[in-house]
Amino acid sequence: MPPVLELRSVSKHFPTHVAVRDVSLTIDRGKLFALLGPSGCGKTTTLRMVAGFEIPTSGQVLLNGSDIAPLPPYERNVTTVFQNYALFPHLTAKQNIEFGLRRKGAPDLDQKVAQVLDLVQMKGKEERKPARLSGGEKQRIALARALVLEPDVLLLDEPLSALDPKLRKQVRSELKALQRRVGITFIIVTHDQEEAMMLADEVALMHKGVIAQLGTPEDIYLRPANRFVANFLGAVNWLGEFGVRPEAIRITRDLLPTGDRCRPASVETVMFLGNSFHVQAKLSDGRSVVTEVSRLEKPFAPAERVRVWWNQEDEIHLPPESA
Amino acid sequence: MNLKRTIGLIAAASYLFLHVPLLVLIVFSFNSSRFTAWEGFSLKWYAAVLADERMLKATWNSLIIAFVSTIFAAAVGTLAAYGMWKKKAPVLEGSLYVSLITPEIVTGVSLLAFFQWLFHYMDVRLGMHTVILAHITFSIAYVVIVVAARLKTMDGTLEEAALDLGANHWEAFWRVTLPNLIPGVIAAALLAFTISFDDYVITAMVAGIDSETLPMVIYGMARKGVSPAVNAISAIIVVGIGVLIVASERLQHE
Repeated sequence: MPPVLELRSVSKHFPTHVAVRDVSLTIDRGKLFALLGPSGCGKTTTLRMVAGFEIPTSGQVLLNGSDIAPLPPYERNVTTVFQNYALFPHLTAKQNIEFGLRRKGAPDLDQKVAQVLDLVQMKGKEERKPARLSGGEKQRIALARALVLEPDVLLLDEPLSALDPKLRKQVRSELKALQRRVGITFIIVTHDQEEAMMLADEVALMHKGVIAQLGTPEDIYLRPANRFVANFLGAVNWLGEFGVRPEAIRITRDLLPTGDRCRPASVETVMFLGNSFHVQAKLSDGRSVVTEVSRLEKPFAPAERVRVWWNQEDEIHLPPESA
Repeated sequence: MNLKRTIGLIAAASYLFLHVPLLVLIVFSFNSSRFTAWEGFSLKWYAAVLADERMLKATWNSLIIAFVSTIFAAAVGTLAAYGMWKKKAPVLEGSLYVSLITPEIVTGVSLLAFFQWLFHYMDVRLGMHTVILAHITFSIAYVVIVVAARLKTMDGTLEEAALDLGANHWEAFWRVTLPNLIPGVIAAALLAFTISFDDYVITAMVAGIDSETLPMVIYGMARKGVSPAVNAISAIIVVGIGVLIVASERLQHE
């Protein structure tokens, strides 16, 4: 059985720039896949080529093994949850959900709508127009509208960015649970590395139109392919040829014997973050390192003499960026 | 006197300046005397209007012209605005303003010349159809501008969402874009209707023997001296058009 979606050397040239350059990737059925990257990296263009809103300049988009690259959006079994939800304002929530079913002439309309309303927990609000729904409710209806067509792949363009931060965390876990429940392949576009890592089975980190690294969240976080990837996924203390992430650096008042991986330092600044402290300490060679310290430890004070140490396996060995 | 009050007074004075002539017109349409001195309340001028065959015929003509030209202008103008929105054609959109600022007399003369030229090849004369064609021509620009304003506030991803859910381009326009444009289209149509109903200059140029409109009749009567019947019919027009304009404004801001 072919993978549900495969991109083969897909490129997209616009008159002014090249948005996507020779991107290849394979997504297995039932996975939650994240396209991650900073704005302008080509992730949205990639999504739009899968949806059918953009035709690739070259390359193939294989859905269940057949090339859909030249097909219009309405001839591919792929649906989208738009960033702003794009609910039809003149239709009720229920009519929005029915829209796709009616276009396809699907039977058992009412039953399907009822099921999907149940799935997104929006029973009882189906007669409302979008203007009378909250942001979170609009998102649920947008999800229901896309899911009810039972697509081979569901695309989500920055699905959480329009929600307020508190709701975002809750919806994030609901989204993952929903994906597991329906078993449909989800592709989520996001610029938020935490969101991508928490949600996805696999992540493609894009940069300047190409895939900088493809792998599981653990893979790309712990074994980044280059310094761009390492820095994009979280802070790194670069110490010449290698780097160590703040949470992997330990700080102590014990006078441990010093060496390559245990160095004397003096505390510069201490920042309280609620659940932890960020302590910045200056090494004897003049470099500063940031470490994460549990709130439960006795707080460090500026100018305090300390040792910072780490394990060899936490070192990220990457040459500095040439460009 | 503070600034706010001064500005308020200036605004009130401006409104008076604008509307007092209309008020005078309406008041004297109820005057029992035919002269501009108040004598007593009377509806006799309204009765005179209703008894005037020529005026009724002209009103009927005006309504038919306004109705038919509005239907065509609204349809063509809406599609034109939609096309320009899709294709992002600023030059085409800008050229519309040319047709708005062209003096009416120039538009009228050019249309007349155009029709005369056509008549060499087709066996038609000036009449209702030429008036209707002329009105469609100048109404389209107004429709495009009002509908384009509505389109600018519309979410461009709605059509993409429709395509994504299996609608083809035609269904996306018909089932999603157009329903969201309807208030703008109706506002545009009301505006086109009032402009058509009001028009004298262009209409007089291209009208034939059977297509005398109400503004043409009023103009003819006014030239022979103001009859209070003119006041009466004018008052009816002011009120009727006023209602349409208010409705159009409301829809545009919905």
